[in-house]
Amino acid sequence: MSVPLPVFVAVPLVTAFLLPIFGKKGKSAATFLANIATIALLVLAIASIGQSNVYKIGKWPIPLGINLVYDGLSSLMLLVISVVSAAAMFFSIRYMEQYTAKAKYLSLFLLMVAGMNGVVLSGDIFNLFVFLEIASLSSYALVGFGCQHEELEASFKYMVLGSIASVFILFGVALVYGNTGSLNMAYISQAIQKSGLNAGLGFALGLFITGFGLKAALVPFHAWLPDAHPSAPAPISAMLSGVLIKALGVYTLARVLFNVFGVTIPIGWILVVLGILSMVAGAFLAIGQWDFKRLLAYSSISQLGYITLGIGLGALIIARAGKDITAEQLAWASLAILGGLFHLANHAVYKSLLFLTSGSVEMATGTRQLKHLGGLAEKMPVTRATCTVASASIAGIPPFSGFWSKLILVIAAIQAGFYWVAAIIVFVSLCTLIMYLKVQRYVFLGELPENLQQTKENKGSMLVAMVFLACLCVLMGLLLVPGLRETILTPAVNVLTGGYSYSADVIKAAGGM
Amino acid sequence: MKGMTIIVKTISSWVKVLIFLFGIYIVLFGHLTPGGGFAGGVILASSYVLLMLAYGREFAEENLSLPVASKLDSVGALLFAAVALCGLCCGAAGFFFNFIQQRWFAGQDRAFDLVSAGTIPLSNIAIGLKVGASLFLIILVLSMFRPDTSTNEKE
Amino acid sequence: MPYALCFLLFIIGLYCAVVKKNMVKIVIGIMVMEYSVNLFLVMLGFRTGGTAPIIGRDDIVTGGTLTELFINSSVDPLPQALVLTAIVISLGSLALMISICIRTYEKYGTFDITRIRRLKG
Repeated sequence: MSVPLPVFVAVPLVTAFLLPIFGKKGKSAATFLANIATIALLVLAIASIGQSNVYKIGKWPIPLGINLVYDGLSSLMLLVISVVSAAAMFFSIRYMEQYTAKAKYLSLFLLMVAGMNGVVLSGDIFNLFVFLEIASLSSYALVGFGCQHEELEASFKYMVLGSIASVFILFGVALVYGNTGSLNMAYISQAIQKSGLNAGLGFALGLFITGFGLKAALVPFHAWLPDAHPSAPAPISAMLSGVLIKALGVYTLARVLFNVFGVTIPIGWILVVLGILSMVAGAFLAIGQWDFKRLLAYSSISQLGYITLGIGLGALIIARAGKDITAEQLAWASLAILGGLFHLANHAVYKSLLFLTSGSVEMATGTRQLKHLGGLAEKMPVTRATCTVASASIAGIPPFSGFWSKLILVIAAIQAGFYWVAAIIVFVSLCTLIMYLKVQRYVFLGELPENLQQTKENKGSMLVAMVFLACLCVLMGLLLVPGLRETILTPAVNVLTGGYSYSADVIKAAGGM
Repeated sequence: MKGMTIIVKTISSWVKVLIFLFGIYIVLFGHLTPGGGFAGGVILASSYVLLMLAYGREFAEENLSLPVASKLDSVGALLFAAVALCGLCCGAAGFFFNFIQQRWFAGQDRAFDLVSAGTIPLSNIAIGLKVGASLFLIILVLSMFRPDTSTNEKE
Repeated sequence: MPYALCFLLFIIGLYCAVVKKNMVKIVIGIMVMEYSVNLFLVMLGFRTGGTAPIIGRDDIVTGGTLTELFINSSVDPLPQALVLTAIVISLGSLALMISICIRTYEKYGTFDITRIRRLKG
């Protein structure tokens, strides 16, 4: 079945603007509608797996008009975004009862989803910037949604760094337009293939890496993340950590570097070094945290390092081999990228699940300080079970999904000759295990404090969302089974390993010149 | 805010009509002359802002209250999306497809008529509504110093 | 040369955003950066002695070589569209930033970021 691509942007956008019309009375109707929208997006994303097409908006031929590109990588990202947003939206039915202005929350949420869907679909670099700004602006507002001291401060910090990143990206777009005379990514890529990089384009590349790196919170640019992510309401933390930093940071970085500019050895090294720095620094900082959500936020930085490392290793292998790449080298590069992308999908699921469980704990007990919690295992059995599944998954315990992606990364690193990288991956994995043992120990085991005797398990939609994600956590490993692997992961990897062939594919599919 | 002196009030009550009309002109002729939805919307909003500055916030709010402006804002966005989606539904499938132009006016030389360019004037009107309402909302809300600031970042 | 000035403006904005301690000044710095980029975009499309990229009623009558005339004489219209979009976006983010500044001032009673420090670690 062929789904017209703009629907992915139009559905959340239209719903977002419909909601304020209901006003204060139609709160339940608004909630219902918003849930319908996210679930419809999930269904659409599943229905459109496997197709690959280029959509010309308004039937203008490219490069005159704006085009949307749906390929393997976009399909993977769309799927991840819609799974997490459906779960988070379902979770917030009940969770957001404690806040006022629920309709505004819902429309900002949907705007964010629309922006992210637009980012992963856009084939036009300026349009990508516009969607990126829609998603970022709504996330700034959502971080400060509670309007308490910490939330406003975090929101301001996030917004300043985010705006600087956006300006960098816009400057990069301007430089690219000045040097290649096109805004269509396929045509830019073609121009770069013809003439190579000049000084302006090199500068633009630097700006893109900085800008998208800031959005992705890779380690030298990570300062905002540990403040911003814990301050948001729990479902939004799940969205931010689960998909926003990936759609706005990692996806855009991968798309621009692999498909538009083309990978070179320095770029590969930059990605690998950023990845390793994020992994190690994030893990060390996370172990020392005593705030539940802050710990999770630091661990997000660390896990993002894995993803960047996988993609960077792939880039390095491809760039080293150059034009005459052998089939074996290509296979190892694909394996590294596969590890990175698979980890991306896994991390989106289990990190959003962890944030949802933290929200559930916070709602039931009113605190998220690890030292004030304890012994909740009997009081909140479902939360405990889902949190354990997610922790086991993120720490890389065998049957769960996190193990497989880390295993692939280690194998790829060893095969590519980077033994020290493999050692670091295993070491950081151990640190991750320690920090999640700490979570289990202080939240669910130990003695129940006096003031938490009355704690009750949350009901309804929150449990459904958490159990749904926990099931996914267990089942994600199946994505590597040969039949399923070809439908979702392999096309995504091929888009990145294909490099420049992206431009030829897009132009051919669009029937351009 | 009590408003300014009688001179300012009188003059701005004359000028505001002209500004408003000029805004409408810019929106309606967006497809023929420079300008369009955004520029026109800003001018529309500025006429209300002038009112607010001269007469004080309460007076402006009586003319265009906050919930109404908020609804107009959404309606503008929905109109714009509806124009785009109609392109998808009506006839030849295509998001933002200029269906009016292609269907009923195809091949006719109607350049520089007010009724030309198919869906573009409609989109301009929608954007004008949206921008005017949301800009007015932003300024109103910022001048209010009260909670409820999270509606002002769209478009 | 104009590009260099543009870049200077960008650096000034960045300096202001990074060094200043006052929240409102940081916002101003970011906006200076935005506008320097907008200026850069507009200058990309500039050509000496170019005309505005508008076709009027009189141009139609001359007919024939209209497209060629347009291409040869007018400045690049695309950057202007981009700048307009970028301005709308920066307007949105400016409004949001200022409203957050106001709310923060309400809570903390100061604009000084060195005194707004509840989050650490």
